[in-house]
Amino acid sequence: MELTLWTYEGPPHVGAMRIAASMEGVHYVLHAPQGDTYADLLFTMIERRDKRPPVTYTTFQARDLGGDTAELVKRSIADAVARFQPEALLVGESCTAELIQDQPGALAAGMDLGGIPMVNLELPAYSKKENWGAAETFYQLVRGLLKAQIPAPGTPKPDPARWRAEGRRPRLNLLGPSLLGFRCRDDVREITQLLASYGIDVAVVAPLGARPADLQRIPSADANVCLYPELAGTLCSWLERQFGMACVRTVPIGIGATVGFLREVHHLLDLALPAELQPGSDGICEAERRSRLPWYSRSVDSTYLTGKRVFVFGDATHAIAAARIASRELGFQVVGLGSYSREQARELRAAAAELGLEALISDDYLAVEAAIAEAAPELVLGTQMERHSAKRLGIPCAVISTPLHVQDVPARYAPQMGFEGANVIFDSWVHPLMMGLEEHLIGMFRHDFEFVDGHRSHLGDGAPVAAPAPGPAEATAAPATAGVGLSWSPEGEAELAKIPFFVRGKVRKNTETYARERGVAVIDSEALYEAKAHFSR
Amino acid sequence: MASSIATRSTAGADLPPPLKESGQREVFCGLTSIVWLHRRMPDAFFLVVGSRTCAHLIQSAAGVMIFAEPRFGTAILGERDLAGLADANEELDRLVAQLLERRPEIRTLFLVGSCPSEVIKLDLAKAAERLNRQHAGRVMVLNYSGSGIETTFTQGEDGALQALIPLMPASSAQQLLIVGTLADAVEDRLISLFHKLGIERVASLPPRRSTELPAVGPGTKLLLAQPFLSGTARALVDRGAELIRAPYPFGVEGSRDWMAEAAAAFGISPERIAEVLDPLVERGQRALAPHRQTLAGKKLFLLPDSQLEIPLARFLSRECGMELVEVGTPYLDRQLMAEELALLPAGTQLSEGQHVDNQLLRVHAARPDLVVCGLGLANPLEAEGMATKWSIELVFSPIHGIDQAADLAELFARPLRRRAALSFA
Repeated sequence: MELTLWTYEGPPHVGAMRIAASMEGVHYVLHAPQGDTYADLLFTMIERRDKRPPVTYTTFQARDLGGDTAELVKRSIADAVARFQPEALLVGESCTAELIQDQPGALAAGMDLGGIPMVNLELPAYSKKENWGAAETFYQLVRGLLKAQIPAPGTPKPDPARWRAEGRRPRLNLLGPSLLGFRCRDDVREITQLLASYGIDVAVVAPLGARPADLQRIPSADANVCLYPELAGTLCSWLERQFGMACVRTVPIGIGATVGFLREVHHLLDLALPAELQPGSDGICEAERRSRLPWYSRSVDSTYLTGKRVFVFGDATHAIAAARIASRELGFQVVGLGSYSREQARELRAAAAELGLEALISDDYLAVEAAIAEAAPELVLGTQMERHSAKRLGIPCAVISTPLHVQDVPARYAPQMGFEGANVIFDSWVHPLMMGLEEHLIGMFRHDFEFVDGHRSHLGDGAPVAAPAPGPAEATAAPATAGVGLSWSPEGEAELAKIPFFVRGKVRKNTETYARERGVAVIDSEALYEAKAHFSR
Repeated sequence: MASSIATRSTAGADLPPPLKESGQREVFCGLTSIVWLHRRMPDAFFLVVGSRTCAHLIQSAAGVMIFAEPRFGTAILGERDLAGLADANEELDRLVAQLLERRPEIRTLFLVGSCPSEVIKLDLAKAAERLNRQHAGRVMVLNYSGSGIETTFTQGEDGALQALIPLMPASSAQQLLIVGTLADAVEDRLISLFHKLGIERVASLPPRRSTELPAVGPGTKLLLAQPFLSGTARALVDRGAELIRAPYPFGVEGSRDWMAEAAAAFGISPERIAEVLDPLVERGQRALAPHRQTLAGKKLFLLPDSQLEIPLARFLSRECGMELVEVGTPYLDRQLMAEELALLPAGTQLSEGQHVDNQLLRVHAARPDLVVCGLGLANPLEAEGMATKWSIELVFSPIHGIDQAADLAELFARPLRRRAALSFA
């Protein structure tokens, strides 16, 4: 048993819904009680979908439990097939149905479904979560649809460069984009355009927008792109094993990764590397000029970004990418890196180790909030939950990852991937900081008559002017009070107030730790400077 | 006024038999009511004993995650709890101790049963007893079920209130007890009006502080502010309270009748009632008039969801002039709805339960101007050109009473005004 207040991921059957709802012609019959129909709103409200997700719930009730719930499952399956006439059917259960063991998939297998491919989804609701459920569903569905095409053992692997012999352009599959994924809609467009500009076609995009028949065309591509490892990792590995299909694993988020992705694609497809993808004598690769990020980052205006302390948390793919962009492409200092994706913990730990950090693998948002408070960053790159934590701590924040909020589905074109994605990232990460600087300037000039004390702009009531109001959440987050036997002299407090707000909390805490260690009871300005000298060593 | 009860209870005969629907239901479960209950009682904590789905439901239904630490949470059952490797009861005790240590301000802890906890027959009543012994004097532990296999949406509040009833002190003092969560401002307003009418003692359930429970007994006259509290009403009657039969306080007419029936039950003269309420009625109708212009003659289809459908249909047809195509309700409690059913226009088609696919076919066929439905269905219907009103907004908004009648009408008029206001060509 585990106490949860907010969760980063839903249950695994919501992952299965993401696959079904992302596709056309797929229907999902879910053995579940009525409350589970809430999941429809994730698609119709958060994603603003104009149609219901293709899911039929059995909505069994307590009074059904004494009777024949299996009969209800069969009726629901038969009705759904007749009503929606899907091209492929997913059958599964949610957490409650798992307990009553009707085995809806087995029931469906015993029914005459008119030859529709049916996939029996067994997603353990009490040990797995949403992204795993989505990855497993995607894999099971493709496996079911490709069963007849699996090459005999010993068949040589298809050559990723066979497009040349076949007299056509090379083509790749983009695997992993889905509904409720972060900016998938725009990433697909960006990467499709990017590949097209190098003469490479996209064969199948899946699950987003694909039909079952499209999934059956997957082996016709020269290789796969594992665009979102959380969703497509399992499938890409299976396609490598069973079909010998090569896989591009670099996720093109950020300039370095986008160029790296393009190089990997060219190498894999045996395409000559265009000059613009080769590093020039000045170390600049011409292709990077397709984005404004490198120049904006080099421009003098960005000097103030140097060494900004950044805390990164999200799904593994976006968190790893964000940490790399932050440290290499924006010149930030990454002071924390974490993810709720336990399945990708190994990759995350490696990325953290490169930055000299220990990765935080947790799905407890309070632990993440505590880690943020401890690291005292100047910018948080996180999920919507970290946005709220950061607001409470008075730290600017940009959202980089799911869980999805209606704000994360913007009307405008706003990819994360490719060169345009890098532009979007520059703007969305730097603008909150500019505001942060504005706060600082307002703080500096607050004694000028133009400024009323406490004048803040965007951080509003979230930004603490002095110590944040003590609330239940602050207990672990911002120990603003000095604690027993320790106090600040008015003069010490005045000195502390001169320190910019975004480091003030950290300075206060360090000084108090120092004072406690030295047995100083009253902190004055001298003690503050002693502590400053001590910690700057 | 007493005579009108008699006429009303025999009325409703003009209604065709309700469609009894059985199929997929598109309704939240009772856990959802935690979202408004925790705001009503800030010193209470609601701990769902359930699955990740339960946690995800509540945070999705709540819409935004704005609370530092919400006063609700989920004890998520894991494989070890199900396999019996960990004693679920010991685990629950551990979690509760951890929670209480972290949140010392909690005075009442509701253990809320869910679908999985019901199916594995985890006895939360026993757990509550045990935890009460462990944390005696520190916190009161109660339990109820919000599971979707037993409750829909607003029924969760019925369960939570029933859990509080045994703790209510007994008293035979004369008092009016308003039952059902109201917005604080609305509650203040209604209580001051009851005082003005001449009812001295007015109490509320749930109270604003979970520890300040009102008394109940033979002198208590019970007035339901929400139509979904069947179990609570019965349990209070068992404690000696007398149920005042009235329509529910939605709209000018319903709210007036609701207050007038309460006043009459306290022997207040019709003249005094008219003296206090008539000016309010006149003002309420004036405020309502512009919304009536938007709504009159428009076709309305209510899908079953919040259990407020029948009173709302009554208000929207009688006071706003809307035409009722179909009035769905998750379940029909004829006793508690008698006064409402009597006021529905002759021929109103009710439906009870749900078969969502068939119901949507009827929606498509009827092409109503406005559909009241859950969040899962709203945008798909909007995309087909029908205006919608999300029913969940109705349980969050201050809509009770004569003074709020115009605001209530505005909630329904806004989608229509908005559609009329937009043009892109």
